[in-house]
Amino acid sequence: MNSNTIPVGPFHPLLEEAEYFNLVVDGETVVGIDLDIGWMHRGHEFISEQKTFTQSIYLVERICGICSSSHPIACVHAIEDVDNIEIPLRARYIRTLVGELERIHSHLLWMGLAGHFIGYDTLWMWAWKYREPVLQMFEIISGNRNHYGMMRVGGVAKDVDAEKIAGLLEILDMVEKKMAMLAGAANDDPVIKSRLKGVGVLKHDDAVNFCAVGPTSRASGIPADIRKSEDIDAYSLVDFNVIVMQNGDVYDKLVLRVLETLESIKICRQCLQKLKEVKGPIVNNVKEISPGEGIGRYEAPRGEVFHYVRTDGSNRPIRHKVRAPSYVNIPTYAASCVGIPIADALITTAAVDPCYCCTERSLRVYDNKREPMQIDLLKLSREKTERIRRDIYGR
Amino acid sequence: MNPEYLFFLLIFPGLLFTAVLGLSVGWIDRKVSARFQFRVGPPFWQNFNDFFKLLGKETIIVKEGIHSLFLAAPFIAFATLAFIATLIGMALFFSRGFGGDLLVIMYLLMVYSVMIVMGGAATGNVYSSIGAGREIKLLLADELAFILVCLVPIIKSGYQVNLEQLLLVQAEQGVFIGSVSGFIAFVIGLLCIQAKMTLPPFHIPEAETEIVEGPFMEYSGPPLAFWKLNHFMMYVILPFLLILLFMGGFNFQGIGILWAILKYILIIVLIIIIKNTNPRVRIDTALNFFWKYATPLAFIALILAVLGV
Repeated sequence: MNSNTIPVGPFHPLLEEAEYFNLVVDGETVVGIDLDIGWMHRGHEFISEQKTFTQSIYLVERICGICSSSHPIACVHAIEDVDNIEIPLRARYIRTLVGELERIHSHLLWMGLAGHFIGYDTLWMWAWKYREPVLQMFEIISGNRNHYGMMRVGGVAKDVDAEKIAGLLEILDMVEKKMAMLAGAANDDPVIKSRLKGVGVLKHDDAVNFCAVGPTSRASGIPADIRKSEDIDAYSLVDFNVIVMQNGDVYDKLVLRVLETLESIKICRQCLQKLKEVKGPIVNNVKEISPGEGIGRYEAPRGEVFHYVRTDGSNRPIRHKVRAPSYVNIPTYAASCVGIPIADALITTAAVDPCYCCTERSLRVYDNKREPMQIDLLKLSREKTERIRRDIYGR
Repeated sequence: MNPEYLFFLLIFPGLLFTAVLGLSVGWIDRKVSARFQFRVGPPFWQNFNDFFKLLGKETIIVKEGIHSLFLAAPFIAFATLAFIATLIGMALFFSRGFGGDLLVIMYLLMVYSVMIVMGGAATGNVYSSIGAGREIKLLLADELAFILVCLVPIIKSGYQVNLEQLLLVQAEQGVFIGSVSGFIAFVIGLLCIQAKMTLPPFHIPEAETEIVEGPFMEYSGPPLAFWKLNHFMMYVILPFLLILLFMGGFNFQGIGILWAILKYILIIVLIIIIKNTNPRVRIDTALNFFWKYATPLAFIALILAVLGV
């Protein structure tokens, strides 16, 4: 390591995930970047080929703690694509609902982390506080805060009961109010604006050349969104807009994510309304998958996630290929990080939203008294579920 | 030497008093910041516990760099701060000073920043050296504005550089913050001390998510404990200096005690509010801010002070 190289990683407080890149700096200015990914190789594709189709859906859920319904959705699409399996209308709405709720919580998580990266810890804590109700919605719908286990080949695993819907809509209204507040803050706050505007610009051409996906590309003026361009789930049945911004800087990515969250809330509300009316089964029983191959695409919060499955008529895939959105977004650093100060380069790297999982609830606070972790987590989470049940849909 | 002075330096109002008050006020800062962010915050003894825990930890010294400087820097900074605290405290609590002590304080405050630079640069670590470089730039940014701010009370008191005289003048003519020039200088001074304490939005040299605590990265054990203590001592020294220069110091008779506490709390609360509502600025933004806006404003305050407004 020579003196003008700043290593970020393999473990660095910026990402808290094993990712490694060297910033070549001249004083405070970044003149080059050397990317080195592959520190987290976990062999998911190989393991998936040893599992049955149903098991591999649960496995891909664990590729990422945040995209834990995008990967299963793409995976079930890939498997269904082999035999062109139709799924019931109700299941389509539930899939869309879960996918969009995930987008809301993922974007809120990113917003908080972006606040932390630019040294604005108040924004961090606030964004994560407002993310909490979304996780509660997941708990009401699926029983889990993360890793919902909702997807099945041919439908979904769990129905959304009619009596839950009113409570869910209530929480959604509350989240929307808070999001509108955050949107106002992003628009009005002069400090955030001056800190992020014009920082880490990814030009339209660069975004095209690097094949950027998701918010990273949409902030650079490319209206690419799988939800619009592919006929998947219930997206063709609900009304929503694809947000596109033109400047490609970090500020645009922030605003884009805030606006996208508001669109997601709109989609969720429509899905919940439809779930009141649409009756029917939630899963088509699929007996076997014939030999062939299929692809599944889904717009994860970070961009297009792609799954490819090849089958030989047995109950397990003989090839399973996954391409996560960060895999194509990370190389854009080479275009967006060079020529700007270190302080800007690091928030630019964070702006494509690298993801990590935090599911621990290690401390509870009752009446300002803190109880440490010795009491078991299971009891805590059961108590909380009971509390939510009482509060939201009075049982 | 008079043993009395040893008491002043080591117990009150010097080392021990400043350290204990600083750690306690540091708790207020952490607690209020936590409430800002919907967190619970640490218990009162947390800062003390952290300090004593670090004292018991191993000191790891990197192979490269200048070891003596690396180890000396936190303690020199600590001694400097204890001395400044004594000077300010003597004027505030005992109305004692000597000719020119404000100038000495201005110099010594710079020594503290220089020690951060020395300690950071002594390791040879790339993050530390970038942090040290940023600390120098930040010092360059805020120092001129700070000196101009300190000149305003000097001019308003009829060219007195003695802290005790500054207090006397304010007791006779009313506090300086009441005048236009004094108020402007106070506001600029508040921003300068934010930079001197490297609190958000000016925590550029430490920038945890960029350069991993910068100059303090390689520190561990007792030297790190003393850096932390130094940081908390600044929570006492700089607000006290502002109170002395602009708010007429403390008066410990009757209702005066309440006023004294209120003045101090006011400054601390302002610091915490600024700290919690701003992201970290870039180093060039900070330079821009101080050189384009703060310093000219301080100049205006100076001219107004000369004009007697």
